[in-house]
Amino acid sequence: MSLLATIDWTPVWLTLRLAGVTAGVLLLIGTPIAWWLAYTTSAWKTVVEAVVALPLVLPPTVLGFYLLIALGPEGPIGRLWVGLTGSSLAFSFTGLVIASMLYSLPFVVQPLQGAFEAVGRKPLEAAWSLGASKLKAFVTVASPMALRGYVSAVVLGFAHTLGEFGVVLMVGGNIPGVTKVLSIAIYDHVEALEYTQAHVLSASLLIASFLILAVVYTVNRRLPVHVS
Amino acid sequence: MKTLGIQLDVRYPQFRLAVELDLPLQGVTALFGPSGSGKTTLLRCIAGLERASTGVIRFGETLWQDEAQRVFLPVSKRAIGYVFQEPRLFPHLSVRGNLRYGYTAVAASARNVTFDQVVDILDIHDLLDRRPHQLSGGEQQRVAIGRALLRSPDLLLMDEPLSSLDAARKRDILPFIQRLDTDLHIPIVYVSHSIQEILQLASTLVVLQNGRVVRMGSLSDVLAHPDSRQFIEESHLGAVIETTIEAHDREFGLTQLAFPGGKLFVPYQARPVGARLRVHILARDVSLVTSPPTFHSSVLNILDATVKAIGPVDPAHPFVDIRLDIGCPLLATITRKSLVALGLAPGQRVFAQIKAVALCQDIVE
Repeated sequence: MSLLATIDWTPVWLTLRLAGVTAGVLLLIGTPIAWWLAYTTSAWKTVVEAVVALPLVLPPTVLGFYLLIALGPEGPIGRLWVGLTGSSLAFSFTGLVIASMLYSLPFVVQPLQGAFEAVGRKPLEAAWSLGASKLKAFVTVASPMALRGYVSAVVLGFAHTLGEFGVVLMVGGNIPGVTKVLSIAIYDHVEALEYTQAHVLSASLLIASFLILAVVYTVNRRLPVHVS
Repeated sequence: MKTLGIQLDVRYPQFRLAVELDLPLQGVTALFGPSGSGKTTLLRCIAGLERASTGVIRFGETLWQDEAQRVFLPVSKRAIGYVFQEPRLFPHLSVRGNLRYGYTAVAASARNVTFDQVVDILDIHDLLDRRPHQLSGGEQQRVAIGRALLRSPDLLLMDEPLSSLDAARKRDILPFIQRLDTDLHIPIVYVSHSIQEILQLASTLVVLQNGRVVRMGSLSDVLAHPDSRQFIEESHLGAVIETTIEAHDREFGLTQLAFPGGKLFVPYQARPVGARLRVHILARDVSLVTSPPTFHSSVLNILDATVKAIGPVDPAHPFVDIRLDIGCPLLATITRKSLVALGLAPGQRVFAQIKAVALCQDIVE
């Protein structure tokens, strides 16, 4: 196993940590956004939907460029952060999490929104009429009925963050152990003509991504909720 | 008696609902009218599922809504049970889980029904461990009714609960709804566009048209009103009479019914003597003669009657409705020509010949 011994696995663990934190925080933030989008009749809905979907169409470098400016020590968010913590957001793990959250936002919000829309108002009205508060109806009726949406959201958010490159490069740079994630490590190996290492890491990412998606689709098919 | 006071004005782009009502909190009150008349909107306003821009809803002494005072009690705080057109069972819960959803949220001391009582009345014991998708439509709707009842409501709101079911399922469920009124004494507001369901269930009838209340009163008062023709189809117009089975005539295959105004013969009913039957006597099946029939008539039911009121005479229309008193109200439809020929006037004594008696219990579309 001399081959695997030559691989630096630090970027792999860093990437998993980044994807995990991003997916987790996005679930907390994305759920209320998706809920609002699914049930609102506000004219702002289309605007918010478009903003949420922007990362799907923008080149990651554009997103990364603006984020770099916003998160940098002279940017509005970056300056606030420096004032609060004394450290810079750009080229840090926290900055990377913020960037990844924006980058993966549609992958979390859209499945959740779709799931809540599939639930619709009718079961909620039934729950309210049975004495449930809005919160109780959300927790005990809408969420279990939207379980597939939650699974898809977490897994897609996680998997999409695993593979990000452009945004990370712009915002995080390439600091080993801090911001050097898997995709950047692969890029470095290719640049250095270290094809063996690039092969191992790329194949790992390919297989892991396939397995994750296969699991999602299988689980989704078997979840014990029949909505019709 | 406690009442449900409602004053509402709700505007939608194509539609306005403006009503003022005092509904009895007793028995079954039916909201009747064609589609688009505002029945469902009114029911949703009572529940708090829709919010009228101008409105007051008072349940007995409790204020549920008063927009002038910025009072609006959310659905969950109103002591109602709501049965929707579709069962709306929670797919992720078993039947038992569905039934317990509202039940466990009510303190044991505040419950007005027990779990077993409701399961018995609705006969759903064998379904408890199943999932909603494993039930038939009729079974699902029974569970939905049970779920609403177990919330211990002070008022049960039902929005065409039978409309998605076929005739056989309707026949199965109607008796269960009747038992809610007779056994549990929960007042019910029942939305329907089916006169058959209303004839079988309702004690009070509210007729809606284009978002307005055009008639309200006891079932028989409204259906036997001499001026209801413009709101009630001719095939529904006529008195509703509560009767008791007095005797059976097996030789001729007839059953004799007693009611406050006398007796009626109907085809044999396989029900015991003493059983109560609600009958509907269509106005068009009643004809009038001014002198007692001295010759034999093939009409079995001929009743002594007094003319109480004569409906509006419309030159564009050949018919007019006559309200009679036979010990209870009765309505007869005659031609304008006959009205003139007989010279009818209020207070006059006549004889009503009843050609057919419809039994409400047996009517299912």
